[in-house]
Amino acid sequence: MRRIGLPDVIGPISDRWSRLPTPARYVVYVIAIVAAFALPADSIGSFMSPQSDWSAILFYPIGVYILLAIGLNVVVGQAGLLDLGYVAFFAIGGYTMGKIGLSLKWDFWVILPCGIAAAAVAGVILGAPTLRLRGDYLAIVTLGFGEIIRITANNLNFTGGPRGLSGIPNPPSVGSFSALQFNVATTKPFYYLVLVMIILAIVLVKRLERSRVGRAWAAIREDEDAAEVMGVPTFRFKLWAFAIGACIGGAAGVLFAAQTISITPEDFPFLLSSYIVVAVVLGGSGNLAGVILGAFLVAWLPERFRGFADYRVLAFGGALVLMMIVRPEGLLPSRRRRAELAEGTGGMGSLGGGVGGAQTQAVRIEAVETDAVQTGAVESEAAP
Amino acid sequence: MHAFVTQFWPSTIDGLTIGSIYGLIALGYTLVYGVLRLINFAHSEVFMVGTFASLFTLHGLGITHAETGFALVGVLILMGLAGMAGSGITAVVLERVAYRPLRKRGSSRLAALISAIGASFFLQEVFALRYGRDLLSFPPLMNKTVLFHIGSGQVRADKVLVVVAALVMALALDRFVNGSRLGRGVRATAQDPDTAVLMGVNIDRIVMITFLVGGMMAGVAAMLYGNYFELTQYNVGFLLGIKAFTAAVLGGIGNIRGALLGGLTLGLIENYGGSVFGAQWKDVIAFTVLVLVLMVRPTGLLGEKLTRARA
Amino acid sequence: MTESAALLELRTVTQQFGGVTALSEVDLGVPEGAIFALIGPNGAGKTTVFNLITGVYRPTAGSLWFGGAKISGKRPHEVARVGIARTFQNIRLFDNMSALENVMVGADARHDSSVVGAALGLRRHRREERDGRERGMQLLDLVGITRVAEDTAKGLSYGDQRRLEIARALATQPRLLLLDEPAAGMNPAEKEQLGVLIRKIRDIGVTVFLIEHDMGLVMQVSDRVAVLDFGQKIADDTPSAVRTDPRVIEAYLGAPADAT
Repeated sequence: MRRIGLPDVIGPISDRWSRLPTPARYVVYVIAIVAAFALPADSIGSFMSPQSDWSAILFYPIGVYILLAIGLNVVVGQAGLLDLGYVAFFAIGGYTMGKIGLSLKWDFWVILPCGIAAAAVAGVILGAPTLRLRGDYLAIVTLGFGEIIRITANNLNFTGGPRGLSGIPNPPSVGSFSALQFNVATTKPFYYLVLVMIILAIVLVKRLERSRVGRAWAAIREDEDAAEVMGVPTFRFKLWAFAIGACIGGAAGVLFAAQTISITPEDFPFLLSSYIVVAVVLGGSGNLAGVILGAFLVAWLPERFRGFADYRVLAFGGALVLMMIVRPEGLLPSRRRRAELAEGTGGMGSLGGGVGGAQTQAVRIEAVETDAVQTGAVESEAAP
Repeated sequence: MHAFVTQFWPSTIDGLTIGSIYGLIALGYTLVYGVLRLINFAHSEVFMVGTFASLFTLHGLGITHAETGFALVGVLILMGLAGMAGSGITAVVLERVAYRPLRKRGSSRLAALISAIGASFFLQEVFALRYGRDLLSFPPLMNKTVLFHIGSGQVRADKVLVVVAALVMALALDRFVNGSRLGRGVRATAQDPDTAVLMGVNIDRIVMITFLVGGMMAGVAAMLYGNYFELTQYNVGFLLGIKAFTAAVLGGIGNIRGALLGGLTLGLIENYGGSVFGAQWKDVIAFTVLVLVLMVRPTGLLGEKLTRARA
Repeated sequence: MTESAALLELRTVTQQFGGVTALSEVDLGVPEGAIFALIGPNGAGKTTVFNLITGVYRPTAGSLWFGGAKISGKRPHEVARVGIARTFQNIRLFDNMSALENVMVGADARHDSSVVGAALGLRRHRREERDGRERGMQLLDLVGITRVAEDTAKGLSYGDQRRLEIARALATQPRLLLLDEPAAGMNPAEKEQLGVLIRKIRDIGVTVFLIEHDMGLVMQVSDRVAVLDFGQKIADDTPSAVRTDPRVIEAYLGAPADAT
């Protein structure tokens, strides 16, 4: 298939990267982190964001989108499950922060784990009944779940209805460091906070990826039935992916609410879910660097080129279609994912390739067998 | 529960009306899913284009007040044709641009679904940028005459038109799929594309026709919607699309009669539910139905038919 | 028929799909420590037996027992943990993972470290990772493909893929290994090596249950052979006895189309 110029550049770089000795890689990580902390500098801001407060944009949308994309990548990129309602977990984190912060006056650091837990519980409640569904059904169900959360927030007095919650407390300031004074007038401290959370999320996700958990997810993406027979509890690992994704989304929500002070249901539209999906897919699902790049572009481009802002959804829509046609693996793909997406494995089977990807597990098994017995396919393919 | 009793007949009538529209749109999801096993996520925009085509027809004809008699029938037919043309063409173009290239190289279905979502946004935004993001109102075309009462429910002419037209179209589609040569091609492709190719079926043509026919059904739904609600918007398809998909799943995806039955059932459930819990919960009720159906009986009320022999 | 020492037992198992009966009241007993072969013409229901054992299907009637415990009704990953592993007739490796990673997925079936353990890099998790890697390399060595440990599975030669499937299955530390037509598509020399490998696997204490079309291989390695025809067991005896059983000859060996 045609490929747009990039892969010839990316392939060798990623190969060389993976051959670097560990200490050299750590040096690169440290440089990247130092650079990230230096990002809010005015000299960079004047180029990146001439029209508005650069460090504000660095926090939201850029930082928050990156955090969300890292979380969604666990679900979409690692486990191969398309979640179109990811914003629900972001909303649950946000409303947890708002509600507890306003009524119980707890501070941010106590509410943060509550928000993460609430989102994880929601993830399990949503996932437990639906993760046995075929992949495309799951996508629609998650979309429905996202809408249910938003409409419910809109309808309930408890959540402030359409006007939402306002007066949510900022995190308490730490000592007298100027970088750790959290209030409405400052934006840099929030950027540092989201940056720390991003780094923690990356460490977490990377560790999982290289463990039996990551192997199980990859096996599920490639051949779920074979994985199950090899002793992988596929359902449990899919649920874990959902819960971990939800935790990161919830954390982002808590942070977002604590910074903006007021939230309404309109902060959590389906559109936001799709932006994050675009970020993950555009960057290269499965590969963290790609996903971060994707989220950065999705968040930053419309802010930088304000004239373009009106056309952002149009451009994203067109980009998604184009991307799927010419480069479904994204800008910076993971090597494994690249092959899967191109050849139609990767969780959902191929389009028009006659792959069943059937209903629930039980129905599928029965179906395969009925079909197979009728055509004699179960055993006939052997006879050499 | 008291509200349920007092509102029973009005809820029933409204439920059947909106349910007919869900059912007509659901036909498009069901046909495409049956043949390609793809959720045509952009089908909601196929419907949206139909509403705009209907609206422009009214503008073009200079309609400003309600018509009666043959003039009304004539305008409705023109509106319906425009809706079918707008939606049908959109669906076919969509297939050519967003799905066929993926199909040709056997991409993953995840990729196809993402492409569909992209196409959906693209279409919405084209209309948003061109015609604004506000609600656009239709000129009143039809007197909303109350024909008769059932209990406390008013049976209005425009609602009757919706239900009757939906039934007629669904019946016609059923005849087409089960009775015509092309329809046989569609069924053969749905059941076993590889064999269908061997038997000389031109898959590309069948897929195109599937999208065209599904689009035309959405076009009729768009005309009926415009005449009934007298409103449209660039994102009018979003909620309706999800609900129509729910209807298709509820009836048994791939099953033509099931789509209509699913639409009517969903319309009734959300209106009855709305009368009990309040109208603002209708959408939540519909989504909950979707989740429950998929959990409890993913093959729907009538079972999956048009789909592959069961694999 | 079924001996009391049987490791795996099928007790009057019937499997129907819709109106089709794939297996009809089949009794089978696989003795511990043996190499047991199941043969029969195409469509006789052999792979259905494997799918029943591994929990992919649930029997319509009858039950399955492993080491004295009932396994019918368990989910596939639970069956794997009980100690049954399999290969697939049409190879089903994780194509885009390396050979070693494929084997490590199998080894993970014996690991207990949790997601939290992996996230925090706890000691048990690190030990299990090391153990999985070591055991994976040992098994690749056993089947003779250590040289391709880092290659992606789909890039391996056909014979190596078959070997990798066996290594992956062994990594789950099974007491019973199910091999579904392991010799399919192999040349005579490879079949010879496969026979040696199967014996080697039995000798390390793993009972082997083999479905195979290649009569040469079956007669050469098996301790016991059962024959299925149209979903019914028509023979269950030593290889030499089965070879001369008139019913078997009529149903299977005698059929000219099946002269494999």
